[in-house]
Amino acid sequence: MKSSVIVFPGSNCDRDIAVALEKLQFKNSMVWHKETELPKSDLIVVPGGFSYGDYLRSGAIAAKSNILSEVINAGKKGALILGICNGFQILIECGLLQGALLRNSGLKFISKDIFVKVQSNKNKFLKKYEANEILKLNIAHNEGNYFTDKKHLKELEDNDLIPLKYCDEKGNINFKANPNGSINNIAGIFNKNKNILGMMPHPERMADKILSDEDGLGLFLSLMN
Amino acid sequence: MTITKSQIESHGLKTEEYDKIKELLGRDANLLELGIFSAMWNEHCSYKSSKIHLKQLPTKNNIVIQGPGENAGVIDIGDDDAIIFKIESHNHPSFIEPYQGSATGVGGILRDVFTMGARPIALMNSIHFGSPENKKTQHLLSGVVSGIGGYGNSVGIPTVGGETKFNSTYNENILVNAMAIGHANKNKIFYSKAKGINKSVVYVGSKTGRDGIHGATMASAEFDENSEEKKPTVQVGDPFTEKLLLEACLELMKDNSIISIQDMGAAGLTSSSVEMASKGKLGIELNLNKVPCRENNMTPYEMMLSESQERMLIILDDKKEKEAKKIFDKWDLDFVVIGKTTDTNRLVLSFDNEKVADIPIVALSEKAPLYERKWNKPKISKNKTKVKDLKKIKIEDALVKILSSPDHSNKNWITDQYDQVVMCDTIQKSGNDSAVIRIHNKDKAIAISVDSSANYCKADPKSGGKQIVCENWRNLISVGAKPLAITNCLNFGNPEKANVMGEFVECINGIKESCEFLNFPVVSGNVSFYNETNSKSIFPTPVIGGIGIFNNLKKILNMKTKKTGNLIIVLGKTLGHIDQSAFLRENFSIHDGPPPEINLTNEKNNGLAVLKLIKDNLVLSAHDISSGGMLVSLAEMSMASMLGLKIYKPKRLTNSIEYFFAEDQSRYLLEIDKNNLKKIESSLKKNNIFFEVVAEVQNDIFEIEKTFGMKVNELYNCNNQWYHRFNAVN
Amino acid sequence: MKFAVTVTLKKDVLDPQGRVVGQTLKNMGIKNLNQIRQGKFFEIDMNEKDSAKAEGQVKEMCEKLLANQIIENFQIKKAE
Repeated sequence: MKSSVIVFPGSNCDRDIAVALEKLQFKNSMVWHKETELPKSDLIVVPGGFSYGDYLRSGAIAAKSNILSEVINAGKKGALILGICNGFQILIECGLLQGALLRNSGLKFISKDIFVKVQSNKNKFLKKYEANEILKLNIAHNEGNYFTDKKHLKELEDNDLIPLKYCDEKGNINFKANPNGSINNIAGIFNKNKNILGMMPHPERMADKILSDEDGLGLFLSLMN
Repeated sequence: MTITKSQIESHGLKTEEYDKIKELLGRDANLLELGIFSAMWNEHCSYKSSKIHLKQLPTKNNIVIQGPGENAGVIDIGDDDAIIFKIESHNHPSFIEPYQGSATGVGGILRDVFTMGARPIALMNSIHFGSPENKKTQHLLSGVVSGIGGYGNSVGIPTVGGETKFNSTYNENILVNAMAIGHANKNKIFYSKAKGINKSVVYVGSKTGRDGIHGATMASAEFDENSEEKKPTVQVGDPFTEKLLLEACLELMKDNSIISIQDMGAAGLTSSSVEMASKGKLGIELNLNKVPCRENNMTPYEMMLSESQERMLIILDDKKEKEAKKIFDKWDLDFVVIGKTTDTNRLVLSFDNEKVADIPIVALSEKAPLYERKWNKPKISKNKTKVKDLKKIKIEDALVKILSSPDHSNKNWITDQYDQVVMCDTIQKSGNDSAVIRIHNKDKAIAISVDSSANYCKADPKSGGKQIVCENWRNLISVGAKPLAITNCLNFGNPEKANVMGEFVECINGIKESCEFLNFPVVSGNVSFYNETNSKSIFPTPVIGGIGIFNNLKKILNMKTKKTGNLIIVLGKTLGHIDQSAFLRENFSIHDGPPPEINLTNEKNNGLAVLKLIKDNLVLSAHDISSGGMLVSLAEMSMASMLGLKIYKPKRLTNSIEYFFAEDQSRYLLEIDKNNLKKIESSLKKNNIFFEVVAEVQNDIFEIEKTFGMKVNELYNCNNQWYHRFNAVN
Repeated sequence: MKFAVTVTLKKDVLDPQGRVVGQTLKNMGIKNLNQIRQGKFFEIDMNEKDSAKAEGQVKEMCEKLLANQIIENFQIKKAE
C-alpha cells in the first residue's frame, strides 16, 4: 500500500504519522507543499501540527497551497484521504469536508487522552473495529469544536457519516465526555462518498505499546487492505 | 561628541566602567559603541558578578562533551548519541507581558539547543508566582501558561512537565525558567567559535525590528518628529518562524557547510557576532546596510541592539553558500551575507559607507569587568518549632490542607494546555517524579526533572543549595534512571547588596558540594540577578534541571501503586524534622527555622540502593519523599492509581505528626511484593541501608490504622480543586 | 449608542500573522500588495444617551480589557 503524507511549513505530526504508517508496512512518501504533483498513492494523509502557525484561521493558508489542488482532485476521484487534527482543519478550509472547526468551548488549548465511540465501521477506515467499540485516543488542539448547520448535521447523522463521537470510558456520549464543545460530540466526519475522513483525535499517538495503548492501530490496519 | 553622565547611567553602566571603556578604546566611545558595551558588559552577557563563583562548580567528567561556555551543555549517552540541554530565565519580560515574555523565553532556549545541532525533544519549565491573593497573580499565571503552551505546541516540541510555585516573595518579580533538551549525533555538534579569515558571516531567520530596545538608552538626537513611531517595543515571539528556522538549520547541518553558528538571543546581533569572534580569536566586520530590517529607517544602534527573535548568525564554508541559500529559500527565511571574519581582532561596523563602530573584541569579552562583590555570610535561623507547642490538629486535616494548597495541588489545569505527546516519544508525562522521553528509533530513554526549594535556600542558602541538587538526583532515580548531569538557573536579587551576594555564594557552595559528591556535574546554566523591586529581593531560587539515562526501556517506573496486597517500604531514616515544612507553612503559617539536614553519604548510598533494587526487578512503583513529607508522598502514590493504602502507626518516633510530615531528606517510598521482603531486607542490610515497612496497598480507603481513614476519591477531590477555582471566570 | 472599535498592533510590534497572510496573498497573485497587518474589530452597543459618557466608558473598556496596551493601540468611532 502506498501512502503520501503532505508536509506544510509548520506541520508537526508528519514524522509521527510516517512512523505509524511505515511500522505497518505502508510505502510512504513525504510530499512537500510546493510540489505540483502527487505520487501515486492509495492513501493521502494531511497530518496534524500548526501549518503556517495557525495564522488567520487554522488550515486556511495551507488550503491555498499548490499541492492541495492535487489532493482535491484526487479526493473528488475517490482517493482515500485522512485528515488528522490540523489536517481535518485543512480539509474543511479547502472544501473537501463541510462544516467548521471553531475555538474549543473552554477557550484553552487542550491536550489529553479521550475516548471515542466507533459509530460506524462500514467503511474503509474503521472496518477492523467492532461497531460501538470504545477507543482511547489523544487530542491536542485549540480549534477542535466542530460546528455545522442543521441541514448538514441531519445529512451527516442520517447517512452514517459520523464515524467517531466523543464518549466516556463506558461509552456514554454526553456533555461531560465532550472535551471541546463539538456539536453532537462529533470527533470526526466523512464526506458523502466516505472516502475522505477528517478527525480531531490523533490515531498515530496510540500505536506504540511502549508509549501508550494501541487503539489507534485499527485505523491503519483497516486501510492496509 | 562626548558621552554624558546620564547616558552612561541610562545604559546601565557605572562611571568607572565607562572610564575603563575609554581606556580600552583609547578614546571616547560613540553612542553606538556605548550601546554595544552596555549590552556585552551587562550582567546577563558578562556574568560579571557571578563568574568568579561559578568557576567553583564541577563541570567535567567522562560523559561531559561540552560544559558551560557554549550555547548549551552536551553529554554523551553512548552509541554516538548526545543530549544537549540548558535552562534559562526570562523573568523580567514575563512580568511585563506574561504571554510574550514566556513565549520568547521558550523560543530562546530552543534556539540555544538546536544551534548546536540537536533536534529538540522536550521542554520543561519552572515558574514561580506571587501569592494567590496578590491581584496580579491570576493574570500572570494564565498568561505565562498560555505563552509557554502557545509557543511550544506550535513549534511541535512536547512540554512534559516542570514545577509551579506560589510565594509572596515573587509578588513583584515572577520567575519563568525554561529548559530545552535536544538529541544530537555526538560527532556532529556545532559550536559558536568562528574559524578562518575572510569567511562570510550570514544572517538567517526573521527580519530585524525594534523589539526589546530600551527606551532610556536612545539619545534624543536619534529621534525625529516621528519619535512616537520609534518607541521601543516588547519582544513578540513567532513560533511558526522558529519551526522553519529549526528545520532549515537541521537540514543545513546534515553536511559540513557550517563552520560556526550562534543564535541571536539577548543583545541580538551584538552578542552573537562578538561571541563568535571572541571564541575564535578573530575579528568581525559587518555592513549594517545588509541587515534585513522589518521597519524603515532603522539606525545602526537599533540594528545592533534589537532583540527580534528567531534569528541566527552562521559562518559558512564559502563553497557551500549557494546550497545553503537554497535550503533557507525553501523554508522562506531571509539568508543574507552581512559581513566577514577578519584577522584584526576587532568588531568593525559600517553603515552608509561610513565606519560607525570600531572596538577590540577582547574589550567586549575577556576585558569585561569581573567583580568580586562583597558578601555577608547569611544568618541562619535556629528557631526550631516543637510540635507539642502547636495547637492540636488532626493528621487528616493537616494532610488535606497541604494537598489542597496551591503548591501541592494537581496541576492538570496547566499541563492540559501543553501538548505532551507530539513527536511520539513521550514514555512518561508530567505528574511523575521525572518525565521520560525515548531517544527516537532507539531502545534508550532519558529522564528529565526540574526542581527548586526557595524556602530552604532562604532559611539556609548553603544547605538549600545542597538539598536541591539531591532532590533532583532523587527524582531521576525514582523513575529508575541513572542521573548524569545538570543545568542550573540561578535566580537571585541584587548582587550589589552584600546579603544577596552572600546567599548566592553560599548556594553555589552547597550546589558544588552535592554535585561533586554525587558525580553530577553542571554542564550549562544561566544567572538571573536583580530580581528585586523597591529594594526587596526575592528568596534565593536556584533551579536545577537534571538528566538521567535508561539503557533499556524495560525498567521505567512511576509512582502509581500497582496491586492490593503489595507493601510500601520507606528507604532512609525519618528523624522528625518539621522546620521549613509544608506542614508548618500551610497549617500554621510558620516560615521560620532551619531546613532539614543533608547527609550526602546517605543520599548517595540510598539512591544507589534504590537503583540496585530496581535493576533486580524488586520494585513495582517508587516515589521520593519531598515537600509535605511521607504522608503527602503516600497520598500522591495513592491518587496516582486510585488504590488505597493502610498505613501503619509509626513504631519509632512517638509523635505521628513529626513522623508523617517531617521533610528529612534522602528517603524513597518503594512498592514491593510481600514475597520479596526478605530478599530486599538482606540486600539493604548488606549495605547498611535503613528501611521500614510503612503501608500495605488496599482498595478504596487511604488510612492510618487506628487514626483516620478516608476514601481515595476524597483525597483526589481536595487535590484537584485549587487551580480550577482560582482560574474560574466569575 | 453604537461604537466601532478597532484594536491594532502598535507600529513596531511584530505581526507574524499579517506577514504570513500577506505572503499568501502575494502567492495568490496579488503582487502589488505592500503590507497587511491583522487586528481585531469590536461592535459595541451601549445603553447610554450621553455621547461623551458612553465614549468615555468605551475608552475605559479598551484600556482595561479589549486592548493589551503594551503592544496594541485602539481607535473608537461612533457607528450608525
